[in-house]
Amino acid sequence: MSIWEYANPRRFMGWSAPLVPLFSALAALLIALGLVWGFFFTPEDYRMGSTVKIIYIHVPSAMMAINIWVMMLVASLIWLVRRHHVSALAAKAAAPIGVVMTLIALITGAIWGQPMWGTWWAWDPRLTSFLILFLFYLGYMALWAAIEDPDTAADLTGMLCLVGSVFAVLSRYAVNFWNQGLHQGATLSLDAEENISDVFWLPLLVCMAGFGVLFAALVLLRTRTEIRLRRLHVLEARDRTGRKGSGEG
Amino acid sequence: MMPDLGKYGAEVLSAYGATIALLAVLVWASWVRARRVRAALEEAEARRKDAEG
Amino acid sequence: MSALLLRDLKLAVRAGGGFGLGLAFFLIVTVLVPFGVGPDSGLLARIAPGILWVGALLACLLSLDRIFQLDWEDGSLELLATAPIPMEGVVLMKALAHWLSSALPLVLAAPVLGVLLNLPTAGYGWLMLSLALGTPALSMIGTFGAALTVGLKRGGLLLSLLVLPLYVPTLIFGTEAARRGAEGLANATPLLMLAGITAGVTALLPFAAAAVIRVNLR
Repeated sequence: MSIWEYANPRRFMGWSAPLVPLFSALAALLIALGLVWGFFFTPEDYRMGSTVKIIYIHVPSAMMAINIWVMMLVASLIWLVRRHHVSALAAKAAAPIGVVMTLIALITGAIWGQPMWGTWWAWDPRLTSFLILFLFYLGYMALWAAIEDPDTAADLTGMLCLVGSVFAVLSRYAVNFWNQGLHQGATLSLDAEENISDVFWLPLLVCMAGFGVLFAALVLLRTRTEIRLRRLHVLEARDRTGRKGSGEG
Repeated sequence: MMPDLGKYGAEVLSAYGATIALLAVLVWASWVRARRVRAALEEAEARRKDAEG
Repeated sequence: MSALLLRDLKLAVRAGGGFGLGLAFFLIVTVLVPFGVGPDSGLLARIAPGILWVGALLACLLSLDRIFQLDWEDGSLELLATAPIPMEGVVLMKALAHWLSSALPLVLAAPVLGVLLNLPTAGYGWLMLSLALGTPALSMIGTFGAALTVGLKRGGLLLSLLVLPLYVPTLIFGTEAARRGAEGLANATPLLMLAGITAGVTALLPFAAAAVIRVNLR
């Protein structure tokens, strides 16, 4: 039995059912643990004061914002090549989660930057790239919503995701180039490259894991909803045309 | 219990607050939609069975 | 293929085509900016390359939904799909027609509008060069966006939402090339990047756009 068997909608509904509550509980646990640990039990940074605590929400959400788009790209490719409906619906399901993660990254990034830069928004390359990513997510979701036929919508949004991904990478370089003159070196993110001591790193790891598992729980839940919704529309269409019959949608 | 956040208290708390609020809305909306669609589907399936039977 | 190109050009220049509208819009935007930011000529001189680029970009956007709309509505697009020309060629010709009829006039009008914004003397040549290099990319990317939304009744706003983020790299490099040239700084890098984007987009997007048209014609 190849892995693609699991992509069949019925089978997907089968194996995903127990995972949603499991992942939800695990995510709640990890996030609670990570945030409480980070918020209450870590010291301040000598440079940034207590704002360093924002790292526990900014970094995980920023990572997820990007990873979710990558997942959508992979899922779109699988749909375009292998025509697995579950894949297309999973991409559709992931987008709103990605939007929220991007929004969180933007808001926490702006708040974090405010004491450092003295302004609520600065066109820092990282933040700007996330703003562009936000727009890509919005466009993707808008296209899904605008097209009636689900297979056409899946194809078109898949193509958009593909082309968009190339431009997203290109934008990253363009924005870095654009912001060269200013703020050199004073960018916001506390990258892993910098020496984050274990004191900060461990709760951060827990938070990142928590956000990741949260995404897994939500995307499974939402994909299940999309599959059900599709089946619902098929049944409603049948009701309207007065046809009765069994069979797959 | 609350750690001394110094002069950045408002920033840190608002960041955490916004994050938790957004995540809560996301989870809640996903959950409500899932329940609603599931109920509608079950109803449609039941209607179909009645029509056939 | 040239027949297709000529036909589209004629359609665009006719009344109702995007030709005059884009130019007028470009002019209006350029005139509005000083009202928005104040008439200080120093400030205007600094932001002129950027404003002209944004104005040209938005003016290009205006005529994008026409690219496939007429052919979609009267069924010619389906006919074109069965014609001996590959759909990729059709798409390329349509992008070219858009560039010639909508974007090229903007490139030519830009220096005139630059006068209104106190564009520094050194900037004129660089502005035209950057626009000439970058607007083909705008047309091609816009054609891809138009292909995505061709089936939709009021797809114009959605088209803008989809296309504008895709325009960002072109805009950045185009403006940087024009601005740095105007200030007498080295601008080879952004110019090369701009040319690269246009070349890459022209080579690859026709395939994506053609695939999208085929999906929409199903």
